[in-house]
Formats: sequence, C-alpha cells, structure tokens
Amino acid sequence: MNDYLLPLLVFSPVIGMIMIWLMPKTEEKTLKQFGWIGTLMPLLISLFLYQQWLTGVSLSSYQIKWNWIQFGNLAMYDDTLYTIDFELSLDGFSLVFILLTTVLSMLAALASFYIKTEWKGYFLLFLLLEIGMLGVFMADNLLLFFLFFEVTFVSLFFLIGRWGYVNKEKAAYHFLVYNGIGSVLLLFVIATLFVRVGTTNIDALTHILNVGDVALLAPISPFLTDMLCILLFIAFAIKLPVFPFHSWMVRVHREAAPPVVMLHAGVLLKIGAYGMIRFGLGIFPEQVEKLALLFMIVGVISFLYGAFLALVQTDLKLVWAYSSVSHMGIVFFGFGTLNDAGLQGAVFQAVSHGAIAALLFFLIALLYERTGTTELNELGGLAEHLPIFSGVLLTAGLAALGLPGMSGFISEFMAFLGLFKEQMLLAIIAVIGLILTAAYTLRAVLKITFGKKTYSMTWRDVQGIEYVPIAILFMVIVAIGVYPMWLGQLVQEDITTWLLRIGG
Amino acid sequence: MDMKTVLSYEWGAMMPEFIILGTAILLSLFDLFAPKRFNRRPLAWFALIGIVLAFVSLISLLPLAETSILADTFRLDSFAKASKLLLLIGAGLVIVLAASHSANDGLGGYQGEFYYLFLTALLGAMMMTSSGDLITLVVGLELLSISSYILAGMKKKNLKSNEAALKYVVMGGISTAITLFGMSYLYGLTGSTNLGEMSETMARVSDSQVLYLLGLAFFMVLVGLSFKLATAPFHMWAPDVYEGAPTPVTAFLSVISKIAGFVILLRLLLSLFLAASGDTFGTVAFLEQNRVFIAVLAGATMIIGNVLALRQQNVKRLLAYSGIAHAGYLLVAVATLGGGYFLLDTVWFYFLAYLFMNIGAFAVFQWLADANSSEQRFIFVGLAKRSPAAAVAMTIFLLSLAGIPGTAGFIGKFHIFLGALLGSTPTDYILASILLATTILSYVYYFSLLVQIFFRPAATKEAVRFPVSLMIVLLVCVVGTMIFGLAPNIALDFLHQHFGDFTDFISMG
Repeated sequence: MNDYLLPLLVFSPVIGMIMIWLMPKTEEKTLKQFGWIGTLMPLLISLFLYQQWLTGVSLSSYQIKWNWIQFGNLAMYDDTLYTIDFELSLDGFSLVFILLTTVLSMLAALASFYIKTEWKGYFLLFLLLEIGMLGVFMADNLLLFFLFFEVTFVSLFFLIGRWGYVNKEKAAYHFLVYNGIGSVLLLFVIATLFVRVGTTNIDALTHILNVGDVALLAPISPFLTDMLCILLFIAFAIKLPVFPFHSWMVRVHREAAPPVVMLHAGVLLKIGAYGMIRFGLGIFPEQVEKLALLFMIVGVISFLYGAFLALVQTDLKLVWAYSSVSHMGIVFFGFGTLNDAGLQGAVFQAVSHGAIAALLFFLIALLYERTGTTELNELGGLAEHLPIFSGVLLTAGLAALGLPGMSGFISEFMAFLGLFKEQMLLAIIAVIGLILTAAYTLRAVLKITFGKKTYSMTWRDVQGIEYVPIAILFMVIVAIGVYPMWLGQLVQEDITTWLLRIGG
Repeated sequence: MDMKTVLSYEWGAMMPEFIILGTAILLSLFDLFAPKRFNRRPLAWFALIGIVLAFVSLISLLPLAETSILADTFRLDSFAKASKLLLLIGAGLVIVLAASHSANDGLGGYQGEFYYLFLTALLGAMMMTSSGDLITLVVGLELLSISSYILAGMKKKNLKSNEAALKYVVMGGISTAITLFGMSYLYGLTGSTNLGEMSETMARVSDSQVLYLLGLAFFMVLVGLSFKLATAPFHMWAPDVYEGAPTPVTAFLSVISKIAGFVILLRLLLSLFLAASGDTFGTVAFLEQNRVFIAVLAGATMIIGNVLALRQQNVKRLLAYSGIAHAGYLLVAVATLGGGYFLLDTVWFYFLAYLFMNIGAFAVFQWLADANSSEQRFIFVGLAKRSPAAAVAMTIFLLSLAGIPGTAGFIGKFHIFLGALLGSTPTDYILASILLATTILSYVYYFSLLVQIFFRPAATKEAVRFPVSLMIVLLVCVVGTMIFGLAPNIALDFLHQHFGDFTDFISMG
C-alpha cells in the first residue's frame, strides 16, 4: 500500500476526470457535482496521510522510485548516470502544502458552481490543475517537478483565458509570457545541474553540491553556482511574485474567474515559496546566505509597494490582488532572514495567505454573483441588507490585516520577529506596511459594508452551501491563529535541517 | 564487374529500396494504362502497402550487421537503418494524408502522378541515408529534389502552386550547384568520391594551403545544404513553397525532406570533416574548429524562424516558419555536436517527435483548410465545439511543438539542450540561451492557435467530421507524441538496443 499511496494521491483526480468525460456536456448539475466529488478523493488521502503522521508513521516510508528516463547509452559505465526516475516523496513541509492544495481545491470546486458555461471543459482542466499542483509538492527530482509545474501552467492558461472577465485573454497571455520566462529559467538551471552532476534528484544534488566528495562530470565553478542560484530565484520570484515581477499576477487576479483565483492565490503562488525554500535553500545554501540581504530588501519593498497600491485601487479584486503582492513580500523577507522565526513565519504566511486569499476571493464570487460588480464606487451599505455577508467580509478583512487570534497575525509576527533579529532598520521601515495593510483593508471593507446604500432587495444573503467554504476556511484561519503548533510541528524538522546546512 | 560479383552482393540489404522502387514503377505503369475515368485515389492505399512492406523488410534487416554493396557506394549501417525507420514512418503517415486530400484543391487529374512521384522522392531520401559515396549521395538528393519540384507544382491551375514550383526549382538548382562546387573541391583534394577513402585521406592533411581549400569546400557544402534545410538566411523560399504546394506535399517537405537534408549534412560532416584536422598541428578536429559557423546559422535560424512566425496569418506559412525554427533547434544539436556525445541520439529522437507532431498538425490543418477553402487562422475558430477530439489532438501537437513537458517535443528539446550545455563553451551557452528565449517566443504563436480553437466562439455549431483515414493518422500521431513524451525510454532503449552508439557509422572512415 505504501508503495502506491503517493502516486494514487497525485493521480486520484483522474477518477473525477473520467467521470466528467463520460457525461454529456449539457448535464450542468451532474458535471458540477462530479467535479466536486473528484476533489474529495485526494482530500481524503491527504487527510489520511496527516492522520498517519499524527500517529507517528514516518512520512519517508511512502517514498517511491520508478525507472523513467535514461539519456545516452551509458548503462554499461554507470547505471544512474543521466537517469531521471519517477520519484515521489513526502515530508512535513510538503504535506502542509498538499493539505492546502486538497482543501482549497475542494472548496474552489464548490465555488465553481457559479461557472456559467462549458462546465465539462472547466472541470476537466480544474482537476488536471489539481494533479499538477499535487505533483509539484511531491516531486522528488527537479525534472519531475518541472513537468508538474508545466501541467499547472497549461491548464491555468486555459482556465484564465476561457472562464474569466472581460480582458481574460490578455491576462492569459501575460500569464503565458511571464510564467514562460520563469519556467524557461528554471529549465536552464535544471538542465545545467543535470548535465554537470548527472542527476536531478534533490537529495543527491544537495549532497553532491554541498558535501562535495563526489567527482562531478564537469566541475561547477563558484561563479556558475552563483548564476544558477540567481536564475532559480528569479524564476520563483516571478511565480511568487515579488516586485518587480508582479504585474501578470495582478491581471490574473482581476480577470480570471473567482474559483480559479482562489486556487491561484491560494496554492499556485505558493509554488514559488515552496520552490525557493526547498530548492533554493536546499541546493544552494551558501549562495542564499550571500543573497539574504537582497531578499530581505526586495521583500520589504514588495510588502510596502503592494500595500501602497492596494490603498488606491477602486476595484475590490485589485485591492486583494495588490494585497497578495504585499503578503508575498512578507514570505520573501521572512525567507531572507534565514533564521528559525523568519522561516517559520514565511511558511506560516504562505499557508495563512492561502486560506485568507481563498476566502477573500470566494467572497468576491459571492459579491459578483449578487451585484454584478466589484467596483468600490458602485457598492455601499451592504451591511444593512446582507448582514451575514458583510460580517464575513469584515472578519476576513481582519484576518488579512493580521488581527491577533487569526492566522495572519502569527505569521506576520514571526516573520517580523525574524527580520528584527537580522536587520533592525529594515524592520522598522517595514512596520509602516502593517499600518498601510490595516488602512487599505478597512477602507475597502467599510466602503462596501457601510456608506451610501446601493443594493437591490432581490439580493439574498449568504445561504446554503455557501457556508461550507466560509466555515472551513475560518476554521483553518483560527486554528493556525490560536494553536500554530500543529502547523509548526509539521515543518520544524525540515527547517532545522536547512538551517543546520547554512550553519545558522 | 562481371556477373559473379554482381550476384555475390548481398542485395537483401537494399530490399526496402527495391520495394519502394517496384511500387513506384507499378503505380506509374498502372496510371499510364488505366482508363481516364478510373478513380486514382485507391492508388494511395497501394502506395501505402508498398511503404508498409518496405518498413517490414527494414525491420527484418535490423539485426543485420553493417553491410556495404556496389563497391561501397551503398552502405546499410546503423545510421542508415535508423534514418530509414523515420523516413518510412513519416512517409506512411503522409501518404494517408494525401489519400484524404480533397480533390477540389486542383489536384484532381494528377493523383496518379502524385503517388508515384511521392514514392520516387522517398526513394531518393532513402538512397541518401545509405550512400557511402558522393555520387550516390548526390543522385539520391537530386531524385528527391526533382520529384519534390514537380510535387510542389502539382496544382497546375493554381498560381501560387506554380510560383512555388518555379521558386523551388530555381533555389534548389542553385543550392545543388553550390553543394556540388564544394564537393568538387573535396574530390580534388582527396582524389576519390568514396566517403571512407576520402576521410582517410583527409585525416592525413596538415598542410595549411590544403586546409584553406578544405575550409572553402566546407563553406560551399554548408551553404548549399542550408538552402535544402531552409535555415536562415537561406530560408526565403520555404514559406512561399510551403504555401503554394498542396498540403500533403507541404507535410512531406517539412518532414521527409528535412530528415533527408539533415541526413546528408550529418553524413558529410561526421564522415569527412570530423576526421580532418582543424589546424596544421592536428590537435583539433576540423569540425570542432569550425562548428562556430554552424552555430551562427543555428542561432539566426531560431531567431528568424520564430520571430517571423509571430506575424503569420496564414497557417501554412506559420507552420513553415515553425519548421524553420525547428531546423534551427536541430542545428543546435549539430553545432554543439550534442556535447560530443549525444548528437545522433538527439537528432534521431527529435525527428521522431517532430514527425508525429508536425504531420499531426498538418493533418488537422489540411482537413479544416479543405473544408473551409481557406488557410487563414480563423479556420480553427471554435474547433473545440465543432470537433472536440480534433481540438484535443491539435492541442497536443501544438504543445509538443512548443516544447511543453509531457510531450515528445519537450524530451527532444531537452535532449538538444543537454547536449548544448554539456559542451560548456561560451558558444554552447549562447546557443542554449537563444534556444530557450525563442522557445518563449514560440509559445506566443502556438498558443494563439489554441486561443482560436478554444476561446473564440464558432460561427456555426455544425460538427466537423473527419474521415476515418485522417482519424487514424491523428490517433497514431497523438499516441506517438504522448508515449514518447511520457515514456521516452521506449524509443531511446530501442535506439540503443539496435544501433548502439552508431559506432559503425562514426568509424566508417
């Protein structure tokens, strides 16, 4: 069983895809239900894995490794040279992101009930996207990671370009070009390492490059290592995104359909964080140490820049989009501190923002469904007629601005703690951002819930199944906020290993 | 040469060629004597049977050790076998395309000619893969070229087709002349036309004057063949010819001719110029010394092919420029010599991938173009609604052409890329970077077709019905593109098992 659990988890959405594929495309209701059911199977498996972890089963026992590709006819010299295996593995760090993926996918599938056209194609791509996301977090070698990464890339291109708002195609092209550049840089790094070391397995690479008692096929000069590290970080900085690579993400958030944005903001941006921590810190610890100050500075700039721009937006979607830029800045500088608190803060922020952003964009879906607009100027006074919705929006906003007791607070607190330890001055500047965050969140939320009344009596409040995503996401947000240890324990072991490697 | 020597040759090695030749002769006789009202379309199936038989006989020849007959002019070595496999698979798929080509395109009365000229062109390409002598090499090349000239002009009443044929003849003639001029130097320097003997002589050359002449010959041959390969800056003819020629012919030119062109390039480069020394001390091989010129060609071809493809409204021209770009990627493998190790593996695998994805794309395009009597982008509009299966197939081909992981095109490109990085000189890095940068450019135009297929609403909801024969081509191409993308080792293991490291080809000198 252990041998097949991880592949089963990655490819479990295929069952849903087959069910959907067999349905005629006019069966709207069934297709939507099948799409949702398709996300349950990975959710159950991932929860089972978490439960196993709680009972003390070692996650590494699920590791699998199958022969896959061998380049060149070199088996007679060395069996492993230029081979790429199909290998999946799991540790606490990746389990966190897998849980995030499966939970948010299930909720986004629920939110997809608002999709108006072409349900069949939509849910097929949706589940394909989930396969890609799950694979990314489980891949044990760089090429396999890249393969799944590109699966998300292609499926997202269609999801953005087909089911969004007015300028969706343009947003899809922006996504294509920016992410195309990112993945090409990543491919360059992967291929160079592969050629020089002869493997893309992450553990093997880490060992060979850092312990270094293995003869390389071709030596890697320190300069080349620095370049590779920088390219890798640019690739993931585009994905995350941090300033100045953020413009595509803002467009995607504005133009794509809300359920897609839930996944995009919730999970896909986190691939950037995941990749930076796992590959950046794992494979290039020395170089990361050299670049740490740069990461902190860029992270703080990103944090402030996003917050400033969020303050002046007139479209709620854009407020949340820039807020995402700002929050990803926290992840970036938290990572740059390279100390225990900062790294924990970065991981916490990644997960916490996943839940909060998903909630905020789910609320956008609810809002647009009722009002047909997300422009701040056209909205106001909803508190009177839609009290539950307004309450939820306010609470979600408070979570986003980091109210103690919710996940945003603990993540930002830890990241700032790390930053204060390393760069006091930078941290003091960055604190301004916290005030800005409060300002733009409250500005947007209060404008919608109070102020001039612009509602119609036919709009109904939150009802029925819409409570499910709200309730689950709040549970996650509060659970992290009140008892962060359950998350901390999952990642602590990995963080200690990484920190040991840079000797910090 | 008496009868005894003739009989002593192992003619079995030429079996695939004999079968193709026989089929072509039978078809031409039949076409000549059959009454006019007789429908020539079934001849395509007859031609297909010939190709399949040739393929089967080639498979049975695979275990045969390197054989050469006719005074070393015809060699059946691993390289020849591997290339012929590709040529026959490609030809089999293209002939089915031709069979489903609609007659209103002006091909009407000349279908019989079409099929046997197709076979003679194929025969020329196959002879080239096996030639151990400059004479047979050039004869094979001319057989392929002259057949292709006529094929390109097959739509007799169509102005563009006539233009294509004429352009092709003129450009082809010039390129042959330049190649032959270069070869005349080679003959003059070595006193032989046999590749094996020539390479032995050239390996001994160290006089700087002779090396200068050798360089001249190298440039002449390279430029001449660049015309054939349609690599920039010698690519001008390709888009016009591709556009004017009937679609199956375009598919033929973009796949079979391209494979043949690379075959002759590799034969000459590896058997002659790799053996020669690059300087008077003999420390570095001639090809190593001068590969930077191929690198310039490769870089220019990738950039020009991809940039010009961005602007094309006509899908055939777009595919033509995309074909130029792919020739550029392949030249990267040649210029970097696959890092000194991967070259032949890479080129073979890339062509395997290219032949499935490109013929597949042409298959979808051909049917839509015939149905709409247009070659503009809009024929793809709403295909997702009108024929979901074809839309998915076309998506797979385009993603593969763009080099997205999970498809054979990615593995091929990754393989080229590995070879380039393995070289690790600045030239190699620059080429690898251009390869990546132009790949992003190519995303834009390949995805713009996907946008037409999936995002744009169709004018009519009427379903597009593909004929069964095209469906089979599509199926084969989809399976090939996916299988070799997800499990490339099926092909790579096959290659290594049957052809080893192509040692008998490399060491023919």
